[in-house]
Amino acid sequence: MFEFSPAMLVYAAVCSTLAGGFASLFADRWPAVQKFLVFPLLGLSGVVSIAACLAALSGAPAVTDELALGLPWLQWHVRLDSLSGFFLGVIGLITLAVSAFGPGYVREYSNSHYSLALLGVMTALFVAGMQLVVVADDAFAFMVAWELMSVASYFLVAFEHEEAANRRAAFLYLLMAQVGAILILLSFGVLAAHGGDFTFAAMRHAGLTPLWAAASFGLGLLGFGMKAGIVPLHVWLPEAHPVAPSHISALMSGVMLKVAVYGFIRLVFDLLGDPHWSWGVVVLAVGSVTSLYGVLYALVQHDLKRLLAYHSVENIGIIYIGLGLALIFFSANLPAFGVLGLIAALYHTLNHALFKSLLFLGAGALLQHGHERDLEHMGGLIRRMPWTALFFLIGCLSISALPPFNGFVSEWLTFQTALQATTLESGVLRAVIPISAAVLALSGALAATCFVKVYGVAFLGQARSRKVRHAREASHGMVLAQAVLACLCLLFGVLPTTTVEFLSRISVDLTGFGVTAATRQGWLWLTPIAPEVASYSAPLVLLGVLLALGAWAAVYFSSRKRRLVQPLPRRDAWDCGFGPLTPRMQYSASAFAMPIRHIFRPAWRLHEEKVREMDPQLSTRPLQLRYLMHADDLSWQYFYLPVERFVQGAARRVGRIQTGHLRHYLAYSFFTLIALLWLIT
Amino acid sequence: MADYLNLAGWLAALAQTVLFVAIAPLFANWVKRAKCTLQNRRPPPWLQPYRDLRRLFGKEVVLAHTASHVFRIAPYIVFGTAVLAASIIPFILAEIPFAAMADAIVLVGTLALGRFFLALAGLDVGTSFGGMGSSREMTFAALAEPAMLMVVFTLAMLASSTNLSTVVGFFLEQPLALRPSLLFGLLALLLVGIAETGRIPVDNPATHLELTMIHEAMILEYTGRHLALMEYASQLKLAIYAVLTVNLFLPWGISRTLDPASVGIAVLALTAKLAVLGALLALAETLVAKMRLFRVPTFLAVAFTLSLIGMLSFIMLEGH
Repeated sequence: MFEFSPAMLVYAAVCSTLAGGFASLFADRWPAVQKFLVFPLLGLSGVVSIAACLAALSGAPAVTDELALGLPWLQWHVRLDSLSGFFLGVIGLITLAVSAFGPGYVREYSNSHYSLALLGVMTALFVAGMQLVVVADDAFAFMVAWELMSVASYFLVAFEHEEAANRRAAFLYLLMAQVGAILILLSFGVLAAHGGDFTFAAMRHAGLTPLWAAASFGLGLLGFGMKAGIVPLHVWLPEAHPVAPSHISALMSGVMLKVAVYGFIRLVFDLLGDPHWSWGVVVLAVGSVTSLYGVLYALVQHDLKRLLAYHSVENIGIIYIGLGLALIFFSANLPAFGVLGLIAALYHTLNHALFKSLLFLGAGALLQHGHERDLEHMGGLIRRMPWTALFFLIGCLSISALPPFNGFVSEWLTFQTALQATTLESGVLRAVIPISAAVLALSGALAATCFVKVYGVAFLGQARSRKVRHAREASHGMVLAQAVLACLCLLFGVLPTTTVEFLSRISVDLTGFGVTAATRQGWLWLTPIAPEVASYSAPLVLLGVLLALGAWAAVYFSSRKRRLVQPLPRRDAWDCGFGPLTPRMQYSASAFAMPIRHIFRPAWRLHEEKVREMDPQLSTRPLQLRYLMHADDLSWQYFYLPVERFVQGAARRVGRIQTGHLRHYLAYSFFTLIALLWLIT
Repeated sequence: MADYLNLAGWLAALAQTVLFVAIAPLFANWVKRAKCTLQNRRPPPWLQPYRDLRRLFGKEVVLAHTASHVFRIAPYIVFGTAVLAASIIPFILAEIPFAAMADAIVLVGTLALGRFFLALAGLDVGTSFGGMGSSREMTFAALAEPAMLMVVFTLAMLASSTNLSTVVGFFLEQPLALRPSLLFGLLALLLVGIAETGRIPVDNPATHLELTMIHEAMILEYTGRHLALMEYASQLKLAIYAVLTVNLFLPWGISRTLDPASVGIAVLALTAKLAVLGALLALAETLVAKMRLFRVPTFLAVAFTLSLIGMLSFIMLEGH
């Protein structure tokens, strides 16, 4: 009678989230509810989501179900296949981490007059919306869940609504989310019109003509791209992410962007059928531009959360590069390499969710305990917040794609896919792919530069402001959340073969092809194409490193026992003989990025302000020097402002018919009536 | 991977790595000696770098007040990554099991990991010099690393493999032919090598007093064994780029078996190739003046363009 199915896990996860939301209605009256009920329920939901993910990825067939919700003739269809399961797992992992981080973080709001109840309810609706999006199996349920996610996150972005800038950012976000939703709806509309039904099952057999398929693809690319943050549709990201509470930023950047990627993969690889090669080129170009643009803008930011938001743009670009490669190889009938591109993209999706959430949670800890978001006022935090510093370092290493962490593996897979370009017939494609690989290499190297800047300026050196000098370590829950994510970053970096094996099931479900070669040599070796073409053994590399470390430690401790008891002598740093070094003499974030600004000058519009106050007695001696720098997003100038001018102009022209005289309006009605009568006769 | 389970191969690779690490200071000293001879100065004795290292290892370590743990771990990571990188490069033996563990992309990643910590160490103490060095190092690396990757990709596409052993084996089996892609790749790798190892005209390894210094600015606060490790790592890096250049583009002589005769030939061939390359480097450093700092990006942009042209010329002219 009662049979267990993985769909139950999905319902349990969503119900647990919603229960958390309900419980938080009482959080304003009894703040303890927040800590003992709301966040544990969210965490439970995360755990159950991960269980559903494992169930779906363990090779079980897709589960479909119908819920008695929705329209009378269109019930909500739910489907848990390996792709949904994977994204559900990503949502679950990050929700779990956030549920550990949240109680410590929201304590900050308990003394303010912002409503904790609102925060809790909207967080729950937001998470539930994302969970429903990935399991929705018809366009109607998808759109409802999508809107739930968008609108709930609008309230979260606008949570600290007393600052006008936050309201403006939230409005921009809502506007773009709605435009994106309309485009997605139109894209589904094309499919539904040809498939005859709103269910995804019908859409899969829509049999679109190439033109309609291209229309649906284009609308989907723009619609989902608006949420994912492809250039130039990314402008809401650097505005909205910094102003949301940090654990929400982690959810938005780590998970919500991934839900948009999910929608794109579902549309292109599942619903639309066989891809055209030009789609692949478009996606590849979009990905390359996005990744380079994102990292270049990240380099000139000094607001930590804004910088991280631009890095999300970069990483979405890397994911799209993988997807573009996959589309090109699939359309060229080389599925073995197409699958590799898809897996690289999915792997990077998982990795980005982990390390970006880790970094945002770290930024949250800095914000709460150092009261700073601006890098220029930080410094020396490694001594005040050692654990946060350690885990943030792991996040920096992962996002900079350095071995043996997870970011490296997915970039390695993307590069391996790109290197197979020689097998393509078309000369244009063979030339395009290496160029995008070059862009990927450049943005990877620039990302490392950027994170040396972030870590070096925020955590190393001396404190640049009083509050930072007296910062305390974050609470246990907050540290624990970061620790879990950091460990996962290392784990997925060291066990790539096992991960690829799981991801391969998704591509088998979606496209009918998997990577058998990648995992054939056992869990130690990752051989994406064939062992002689390329192989990487992260466990063995790590083993070698550990052996070397062990050998060194043995020599160190056996030969010089006295070092254990004697701390190293400390002296002043070299100051060229001019007296003590002050924190202001350190390289600042702007100074660090100055050579890069010099090299890539045309990429930004920089507003620099130099303030120099001179000594009235001695006109050559400056009393105070200040340098302020702000980079304007070029897409405003070249895309949004022209669009805005056009819309304003069109509205003004249309507005001319609104004269305000009753007789004009009567005449409009009269002529409209005549025209209609003429039409129907 | 059955053939990677033979013990002799692993031991030989390990021995080769030890040898690589051992002779790295010698190569740096060879360049220095050649330069001294060219500039009419008296060259240092052959074993001078080893004496310097021994002296530094024996000295006490002094830390700045503001130095954190990152500062103390960085030398070990920088040196460790250099040794790891050295272990995966075909040096005397072409077929080494380490090359399968970590391919050419991992090599670039490993060097990047070392550089990441080197730059963090520069920022750690909080002096202007350190920050200056880190900022410049990371900027130039951001341009040099993609160029290096492009060279690697050209070779990988040519040999259909990113495994360095396989690449070397492929070139040994190829008939001698002038390929434009390889020529561009070689030029690009030479430029990248000069930039990454901090040689003239990008950086001057012999100075401590100029505002234009890069590598020396980052390690200014190091003393004792930490400084020894940093110096050793930078000598190792020079040797890595030199061996990479000669063994990837001129692999003749490298041994593909463990047979003593062919190993002997390989040692001789490698010594000769490195000696010529070192002498050429010394000659170039004598003839060329150090560049203004903001000319360096142009220098690296040339390297990047060359590597990209190399790859495209392979795809356009030689593919299929």
